[in-house]
Amino acid sequence: MQAINFENVKFSYSDAEENAFALRDVSFSVEEGEFLAILGHNGSGKSTLARLINKLLEPDEGKITVFGMDVSDPKNTFEVRKSVGIVFQNPDNQMVASIVEDDVAFGPENIGVEREEIGRRIDYALDAVGMQAFRHGTPTRLSGGQKQRIAIAGVLAIKPKIIIMDESTAMLDPRGRKEVMDVVLKLNKEEKLTVIMITHFMEEALLADRAIVMNRGEIVMQGAPKEIFSREEDLETYNLTLPAVSAISKALRAGGMDVQATVSLEELAKEIEECVSKRKI
Amino acid sequence: MKDVTFGQYYPAESFVHKCDPRMKIIFLIAYIVAIFVATNFYGLAVCFLGLVVTVVFSKVPFKSVLRSVKGVLFLLVFTAVLNVFFYKGSGDPLLHWKFINIYKEGIYYSIFLICRLFLLVMGSSILTLTTTPVSLTDGLESLLYVFKLMRLPIHELALIMSIALRFIPTLMDETERIMNAQKARGADFESGSLVKRAKALIPILIPLLISSFRRAEELGDAMDARCYSGSKERTKYKKLTFTWRDAVCLLLIALILTGVILFKVFFAALV
Repeated sequence: MQAINFENVKFSYSDAEENAFALRDVSFSVEEGEFLAILGHNGSGKSTLARLINKLLEPDEGKITVFGMDVSDPKNTFEVRKSVGIVFQNPDNQMVASIVEDDVAFGPENIGVEREEIGRRIDYALDAVGMQAFRHGTPTRLSGGQKQRIAIAGVLAIKPKIIIMDESTAMLDPRGRKEVMDVVLKLNKEEKLTVIMITHFMEEALLADRAIVMNRGEIVMQGAPKEIFSREEDLETYNLTLPAVSAISKALRAGGMDVQATVSLEELAKEIEECVSKRKI
Repeated sequence: MKDVTFGQYYPAESFVHKCDPRMKIIFLIAYIVAIFVATNFYGLAVCFLGLVVTVVFSKVPFKSVLRSVKGVLFLLVFTAVLNVFFYKGSGDPLLHWKFINIYKEGIYYSIFLICRLFLLVMGSSILTLTTTPVSLTDGLESLLYVFKLMRLPIHELALIMSIALRFIPTLMDETERIMNAQKARGADFESGSLVKRAKALIPILIPLLISSFRRAEELGDAMDARCYSGSKERTKYKKLTFTWRDAVCLLLIALILTGVILFKVFFAALV
């Protein structure tokens, strides 16, 4: 089933002239259970996209549906927000309470879940992100990665079907990023959650089933991450940096070594090994 | 700066810590009433006894409780001195010099007042020492629930309060960061006159204010995304429950009040 569908969506933050559009004529869809990465340079419109799905913003033109529900219909707002959870960039700015379990409880409280059921949901959400041990603690002293995992738990407690990570790893150190990515992958594989990962870290996009590249409010590339990263020149025109592995293989090729464009570390290692052994003979 | 605990919560596992925050608030109110009902030293002695019992069962060192008085020490001395000078007793003054008359009653009354304020401040500090700001807010929300019938937005007020508490450490970190950034640019916050130092704080306050607005907006979005829609049809996960401990508290405060009232009835008022 189609989880999300965008049909010719246009959006601009001001009513000014044509080129102020944050999104111009965007159409795409996301299948249930899919892990989609949305890539783009700053100001490419990728975060606007996330906000439109959840009705934090409303499109000027076009139609957005979430599981068949028309997002623009005010009657659906609550249902749409129940099925789409967003984890934002700054972990500090999305926590409401000073105690972990209170914060996780915030969502279910809002939708009127019974007390006992909220307790079960907190258990489930904190277990899913591996933060059960911090249940009664305060988030202030936790690391960025841990805070962001609690933010994910807060969203999970509402039991959404889709989870959007709106540059949720941008402010984290590499370790925190890995923690969060591991949780997201697990949710996608085990809980069958549909994941939309908005990011400008190419390495994260590699883990996705499909990637969309945005530039100046338009979708400019679409396909499997591997396929996208093999088009190095195109990526550079959209101000995107290559994943480290691709960048190395490209540099090696420029230096005259016969290696194929690749995104996997193992493949690159094999290619280099082959080249080196050939040269020995 | 990071380790400044807001309020003065003293973490421990004690009888008083485990009491229901609502009971503690009620206890404090009743205790304050008792202090003001008492009109002689016997009554205050009863209150003091109650205070000592509470402190002992809270496992908070007496020193920490006393520390809370430090902040109001000046106020205490000031009030006492004023009372000594301006109290007009009957009979001859103890000391007479030009326009200053000091009466025996004046001195008694000053001491009485100091004791009263001491007990007041120490009693209130027990509440904040043994209750986290969060559970204090929970307790207040629950107690103020009565006013909801008068259409006061209690839930919203409690949410505002808990968000404010939640952001204190975050904003404190931010202040420190901005201050360091300004220091790195050569700003000087330590020297100069008071006015100069106050002026030096402006480049800190403005970025702080702007970033708070940005944070507020992001928080608003995050709350919206988590289905927040005000208090209607909202459930509450945390539930406060009265236990046997709270019954003991009730008994203690009843004893204190009875003691104070008995002493008030059977012994003469001091003033």
